[in-house]
Parts: sequence; structure tokens; C-alpha cells
Amino acid sequence: MTALRYVYAVCRPLSAPLQAQLTGVAGIPARQLEHHGLIAVLSLVPEEDFAEEPLKEHLEDLEWLTATARAHQNVVDALTGVTTPLPLRLGTVFRDDSGVRVMIEEREEDFRHALDRLEGRVEWGVKVYVEQEEEKEAVEERPAARPASGRDYLRQRRRRTAAHEQRGQKADEFAARLHEALSGYAEDARLHAPQNATLSGATGRNVLNASYLVPRSRSEEFVELVDRAEDDTPGVRVELTGPWAAYSFTGLTQGVA
Amino acid sequence: MIAVEHREIALVDLLDRLLAGGVVITGDITLRIADVDLVRIDLNALISSVNAQVPSPWPEAEAP
Repeated sequence: MTALRYVYAVCRPLSAPLQAQLTGVAGIPARQLEHHGLIAVLSLVPEEDFAEEPLKEHLEDLEWLTATARAHQNVVDALTGVTTPLPLRLGTVFRDDSGVRVMIEEREEDFRHALDRLEGRVEWGVKVYVEQEEEKEAVEERPAARPASGRDYLRQRRRRTAAHEQRGQKADEFAARLHEALSGYAEDARLHAPQNATLSGATGRNVLNASYLVPRSRSEEFVELVDRAEDDTPGVRVELTGPWAAYSFTGLTQGVA
Repeated sequence: MIAVEHREIALVDLLDRLLAGGVVITGDITLRIADVDLVRIDLNALISSVNAQVPSPWPEAEAP
């Protein structure tokens, strides 16, 4: 069985060794490969699961994808504790060590620039949801307002739709304001597509899904800023995730090789 | 209270970053990775079909 190289991240040489039992994808420990003063953090993974075809199939298997994404994150997260890693996209696989070395050589300058730019920074994820209360509202209103006529009924309906639209609009305005405030505080910001409720299992409509690049030293204030934001608009929920490695700010999403 | 750090990270949040972010490396030296946008779409379809069949879909509770 041939082993391929699954690479999680590129970083500068670590001052402390990796955790002895830092488990990566497929339950395989992560190790370092140093080249040209940079290190690639990788696992030796079986070809039968990580070669192009099996990998493609596996990526469509939700259970496999979940386990692999968590394992990838587990390694990158551990690195975040000791250095500023430049995370690679999930599923970046090389044939052998020499392939990894060539990749480092080819992109050395890009990597160094990105690592300098991201040094000491982390990514925070902020999502805003507008609570969807139509059902609750409908139940509440029914006893108080049984329509006396068709015209009453239409009037009520209009009112309800207007209230609903108004809340949606308020939530959008809230999200825009929050994004502006957080962008002003952060060094950089990225908007992700709103999450599909079926995928996320979250309640409410996702009106903002963003990432912010913040120096680690200013993160506490950033979190407070997010924390305070939620209080001033009812019917809106704010969720914070992080700190993440700067996945959304690698700035190297275009393949150069 | 917004602190979410203690909760297990949601798969969608992971995928927003691990499949849509990160450095993309292409070329002879890498195995060609699957088109992630396609993966994303298939994933949507996959999850919808899973949801349609069973009320409690995937083993989200599996801690690493």
C-alpha cells in the first residue's frame, strides 16, 4: 500500500514540537516536513482512500466528509495554538515528500508574504439570524382577531405581512450595521454565502455569514463588540465562532502552479 | 451570552472555511482534487435526501 501526503497547512518552523498524539485525517498522526525554512504539516494517508477517485467518492459521503473536516480542523487548530498556520484547502494530497517540497519551492514567496500578513491574526465567524416567528404570531393573533368580514381578513393579512417584512428589513439593516462596525474594527472581512437552514439545522433565516480577521491581541474587544450587538435589536440572533485559523484570508485561492 | 467555543463546531461552519477557504494548490505535483463547488452542491442534495428519509439525520454528536 502506497502512502500519499495529505497536507493541512504550511507554517514557519515551530518553536515547540507538535503534540505527540496530534491525530489527523483517517486517525493518522500529523508530522512535519521542513523545506526551505518552511514546514508542511502532513499525514501519510493510504492511497486507497485518498487517491483522486476514492477521494472524490468519499467527499460525497457525509459521514466521511464530516470526520475528515473535523480531523483537518483538529490539526490546524492545534497549530493555531503554537504558531500562525496557513491552512490549505481540505483534500490537498501529494504523491510523496518530493511533491510537497516542490510545492513549497514553487510558492515560497506567496507563502512567506501570506504568513507575514497573517502573523498573530485569527479569524472570527459571525452569523446573524432573524427569528422566524410567523407560526407563533399566527397562533397568537387568531383568537383576538377572528375576521368579521373579507375586508377585515385582508386587512389583517396585510398587517401581518407588513410586520413580517418590517422585521426582515430591520434584521437586514442590523446585519449591515453590524458588518460595518465589525469590518471597521477588523483588519479584513469576508462575506460567505448565507447558510442553508437544512444544512445548518439552525432556526431562523441567516442574513449575515461573515469572517473577520482580527489580531489575537484585540480579539477580546472584538468578542465584546459582537456580544453587545445582540442586545439592541429584538428578534435577531447573533452567533460567534472562533478563533479559527485564517482560512478565509489566505488570499491564495487561485491556483498558480 | 454568545460564547460558542465550547459547543462542537457545526459542519457548515467548517465547510465554509475548509472547502471555500484555505490555500488552493493545483498542478502536476498534487493529485487533482475534486471540484469543491460540485461537492457542495452534491452535499446539499445529499443532506436534503437524508432529511427526507429520517428525521434525525447524521451522527453530529460524534466528538473527535
